[in-house]
Amino acid sequence: MNRSLLWPGALALGLCLAPAAGAADAADPGLAELRAQLRDLRQQYEARLADLERRLSAAEARTAAPAPAPVAAAPTPPPAPARAAAPVGANAFNPAVSVVLQGNYANLQRDPAGYALSGFAPGGEIGPGKRGFSLAESELALAANVDDRFSANLIASISPEDTIGVEEAYAIYTAAPAGLVPKFGRFRSGIGYLNEQHPHVFDFYGAPLAYEAMLGGQYTQDGLQLKWVTPLDTFLELGAEAGGGEGFPGTARAKNGGASGALFAHVGGDIGFSHSWRAGLSWLRTGAQGREWTQADSLGDDAVVSFTGRSDLALADFVWKWAPGGNARATNFKLQGEYLRRRERGDLAYDADGALGRNAMAPYRSTQSGWYVQGVWQFMPQWRVGLRYDRLSPGTVDYGANGQWLATDGFRPKRTALMVDWTPSEFSRIRAQFARSETLPGLADDQFFLQYILSLGAHGAHRY
Amino acid sequence: MNRFLRLAALLLATAALPAFADLKILATVPEWGALARELGGDKVSVTVATGPLQDPHHVEARPSLIARARGADLVVATGAELEVGWLPMVLQQAGNPKLRPGQPGYFEAASFVALRDKPARLDRAEGDVHAEGNPHIQTDPRNVALVAAALAARLAELDPPAADWYRARHTAFAARWAAAIARWEKDAAGLRGTAVLVHHDAFPYLFAWLGMRKVATLEPKPGVEPTTAHLAQVLELLRTQPVRMVIRAAYQDERAAQWIAGRAGIKVVTLPFTVGGTDGATDLFGLYEDTVRRLKEGLK
Repeated sequence: MNRSLLWPGALALGLCLAPAAGAADAADPGLAELRAQLRDLRQQYEARLADLERRLSAAEARTAAPAPAPVAAAPTPPPAPARAAAPVGANAFNPAVSVVLQGNYANLQRDPAGYALSGFAPGGEIGPGKRGFSLAESELALAANVDDRFSANLIASISPEDTIGVEEAYAIYTAAPAGLVPKFGRFRSGIGYLNEQHPHVFDFYGAPLAYEAMLGGQYTQDGLQLKWVTPLDTFLELGAEAGGGEGFPGTARAKNGGASGALFAHVGGDIGFSHSWRAGLSWLRTGAQGREWTQADSLGDDAVVSFTGRSDLALADFVWKWAPGGNARATNFKLQGEYLRRRERGDLAYDADGALGRNAMAPYRSTQSGWYVQGVWQFMPQWRVGLRYDRLSPGTVDYGANGQWLATDGFRPKRTALMVDWTPSEFSRIRAQFARSETLPGLADDQFFLQYILSLGAHGAHRY
Repeated sequence: MNRFLRLAALLLATAALPAFADLKILATVPEWGALARELGGDKVSVTVATGPLQDPHHVEARPSLIARARGADLVVATGAELEVGWLPMVLQQAGNPKLRPGQPGYFEAASFVALRDKPARLDRAEGDVHAEGNPHIQTDPRNVALVAAALAARLAELDPPAADWYRARHTAFAARWAAAIARWEKDAAGLRGTAVLVHHDAFPYLFAWLGMRKVATLEPKPGVEPTTAHLAQVLELLRTQPVRMVIRAAYQDERAAQWIAGRAGIKVVTLPFTVGGTDGATDLFGLYEDTVRRLKEGLK
């Protein structure tokens, strides 16, 4: 292989030099014969080169290996070192390993134990985190091709409480034709814009309030996803998911088949070199069987209520990025926003555990929404500032006959966050963020965060 | 649902139309796009993923790139980890098995040339180092000749009916290219031995070709923005090792180069680095013509 590649290299070099000699001697008529000979020689070389190329491409087709073949051709004097051969040995097939380390310092005006979103009863991990110094989740990611048909990823998170969780563990069938991308396992649902991203790539500390209220942070599927990139000139991607649906707003249900389903469409493109955008519409349906939360009733008691029914969430998202000439290195701007609207239909059990002796079941219908919009501006290399505004609307909640005990006030939680971060390299980021969070009536919380995010190992992907 | 099915059927029918008979090529950087056009002529349609003023290391898996990769028959990349941050992501999301690494539809230019500056120590503390060597191979036109031969063979393999067309175009290109290299080398003979500063270590192949000598880089480590402390050190170094000019690629921030040029009394030379990087670099030939012209300007 080495030898067969050396030859075309040497020939190409010869070809480069041949006309150089010809040009230099052009003024001397006595060398016309020599020039003719050179021309002949060149034609011969070209014929042989073409032949060698044919053989080279045939050889390449036979040895279609993912690692590039080592090449010993030396086109530049002095010869540059040849490329290293692929590593050999038992570890040669190890997956790409990367680790993300994160930690915070938080100064919170109010005790985070009392954190709640007025009018909403989210599950999952929400809230501003602990006061003072704390370690955030450490992430360990392994990725590799399984074989010629599958590639797989494992992203494990190690919590500061010393537990290990499976954030994502999925495989992609890479041999599917016609723009189809089948994915299965545990993965972040493709709904919305931020849902698929891990918190360490967020532009702010913490998920938007709308994600906390409607999805308990972010929505993960245990199931299947099929994406289809349409053959249009403009990017249009359609996706469907079916999953176990155990994550909030759904609950575990003993059900065959998909307990949650999602549909989404993303469209996007460029405007010149400087602008790019993506917009999407998504829909997530989940079912809840006895989803419980505690809510103060009209008598001032904390009542346990339990919802059984269907939850439909619609999301609209857009992101627009600008970088002068497409070069985001020095300055760039990113504007993104999402709107989430959830409709729940079913039955609500008031005083579900009977602790108040007023247990009652009644129909429940709610329509609630939330949105955020944020802009992040990199004003000089390594430095960015950003502003995010969050808003929730408790919307309309119809408690049916339970309305005698339960009501929702019209308070609309909101939060404004201002951040500045320093990114010395692609692999490290230090962020300071100030937020005023008003998630409960009359209880504004001034929050200050200092955060670090470090990535080790395999180069991460520049996700859009 | 019926309407959706009709739409899907329509889209599939559009995709199957033989109207798009030419080879669709996605080039990651402008120089390979230009080379593919030289070799393929009107038998290929070429899309380039990055602009000439874009840092090729820092590109995102934009929706438009996924759409291009979805329909492409061939992706022409530099390789050597230049596109490691975004190309694997684009290819994974595009659902186009033709472009998977190892398939004929995946072409890496760096596998056909000898790479320089393979790092002795692979450590991120050394900055944004590339394990396989420096990926900026296109600054030496002799590398382009090697890549052209390999790319022409690949085009012929992917589009057998037009194989003779690609071979003939390559033969013509190789002859013009060899003559042009001889011209540039003669033109740039005065640059031999010239000591220079460079912003990012993006030109080792150019310097090897023209016999120029890099004294220092303005970036303290590859990919790390210049710091005043480091620039002061470089300035100190110039007392013992004087240079003629400071070189930057058109996509790099010019403030560091201006800073040091002002203090050292040398010229800033902005090189196109790729096709379209400067007004003169309109095609592959213009790229080197303009590079040599600008370097000679720097000598004056």
